Amino acid sequence: MAYLSSAIKNLLKIGDFMMNYIWSGIIVLSILYSLFTGGSGALTNSVMDGAKSALALIAATAGMMCFWSGIMRIAQCGGITKAIARLFHPALKRLMPEIADDDELCGAVSMNISANLLGLGNAATPLGLEAMRLMNKGLGRRTASNSMVVFVVLNTASIQLVPTTIAALRSENGSCDPMGITLNVWLCSIAALVVGISLAKIFERGGGAA
Amino acid sequence: MNIGVYVIPSALLLIIANAMLKRLPVFELFLQGARQGIGAVFKIMPSILALVCAVSMLRSSGLLDFLIGLVSPILQPLGFPPELFPLALLRPVSGSGALAVLDDIYKSCGVDSFIGRAASVMMGSTETTFYAIAIYYGSVGISKTRHTVPCALAADFTGMAMAVLSTRLLGG
Repeated sequence: MAYLSSAIKNLLKIGDFMMNYIWSGIIVLSILYSLFTGGSGALTNSVMDGAKSALALIAATAGMMCFWSGIMRIAQCGGITKAIARLFHPALKRLMPEIADDDELCGAVSMNISANLLGLGNAATPLGLEAMRLMNKGLGRRTASNSMVVFVVLNTASIQLVPTTIAALRSENGSCDPMGITLNVWLCSIAALVVGISLAKIFERGGGAA
Repeated sequence: MNIGVYVIPSALLLIIANAMLKRLPVFELFLQGARQGIGAVFKIMPSILALVCAVSMLRSSGLLDFLIGLVSPILQPLGFPPELFPLALLRPVSGSGALAVLDDIYKSCGVDSFIGRAASVMMGSTETTFYAIAIYYGSVGISKTRHTVPCALAADFTGMAMAVLSTRLLGG
C-alpha cells in the first residue's frame, strides 16, 4: 500500500501541474478582459463573493457527503459491496477475457466497479489501482492491454446509483426536487458506458492485440 | 417518473436492516465512515475555494458571457444550450472546477430550469476522465494508452449529449 500512496502523490502533482495553467488562465484572462471592457470594479467584489459562495457550497455538500460515507461504511461491512461485485462478475469476465482466470484480479475489478456504483470514491480508487497492478503483474508492460483500456473506460464513465453531492447542491440552491435527476443520470451514464465500451471493442478488433 | 424519491429511503432501509441482521455495530460503523467523509471534505476544500473564486471572476468580468456568446452560433442550432459549454469543457479535467461551474449555473440560470437540470444530469453522468486516466495508468507506469482517450472522450460526449436530450424528453 505504501507503493500505491506514493504513486497517487506523484500523479496528483501531474494533475496540479495541469491545473496551474487552467486556474491561473481563468483568473488572468478574466482580469485582462475586464480591463479591456472597463468593468474591473466588479472583480474585487466577485473574489469576495466567490470565497463566500465557496464556503456555502462546501457547507451544502459536506453534511451529505459525511452522512453518505457513514452509511456506505455500514454497507461495506455488511457485505453489500461484495454482493454487488458478485453480481457483476460474469459481465466483467466477458468484457475483459484476460482477467477471467485470475480470481484475485477479478475480485479487485468487480469490487472497484461496485464501489463506484455506490459512490465510494475513496474506496474505489485504491481498489482500481490494485486491479491495474495485478493486470500488469510480471509483465511490466508500457503499453495498455485491451483489458486495461476497458477497465479504465469503465472507470471514466462510472455509474453512480445515488448522486448525493449533486442532490445536496441542488437542495442548497432551492430546488423543489433535488433527487429528480436520478433517472436521467442513470440513463445517460448507461448510454455513455455502452458507447465507450463498444468503441473500445471496435478498436480491439481493428488494431489487434497489443 | 420520480424514482429519486424512493432511492435514498430504500437504500437506507436495505443497508441498515442488512447490517442489523448481521449484528454489526451499526452506529459505530456510521461514525467511522462519517469521520472519513469529513477528511475527504477537508481535502477538497482548498481546490473548491480556488475554483469557485476563479469562476466567480470569470462570470463577473463578463468573459464567461463573451465565451458563451462565441460558441452559441455553433451550439444553438444543435440544440445544445451554450450555457452548458463551460461545464462540458471543464468536467473531464477538474472535478472541483466542474462543481464550481455547476454552482454558478444554478445561480445564474436557476436550479430547476431546463439548463439547471441538464447541467445536473451532465455532472452526474460523467467523470473527471483525464484525472482517472492519469492516475490509473501512471500508477503502473504505462505510457502508451492506445485507444483509451478516444473511447473515454466518446463516452463523455455521449453522456453530455444525452444529458441535454433526456432532460428535454423526460423533463428531468
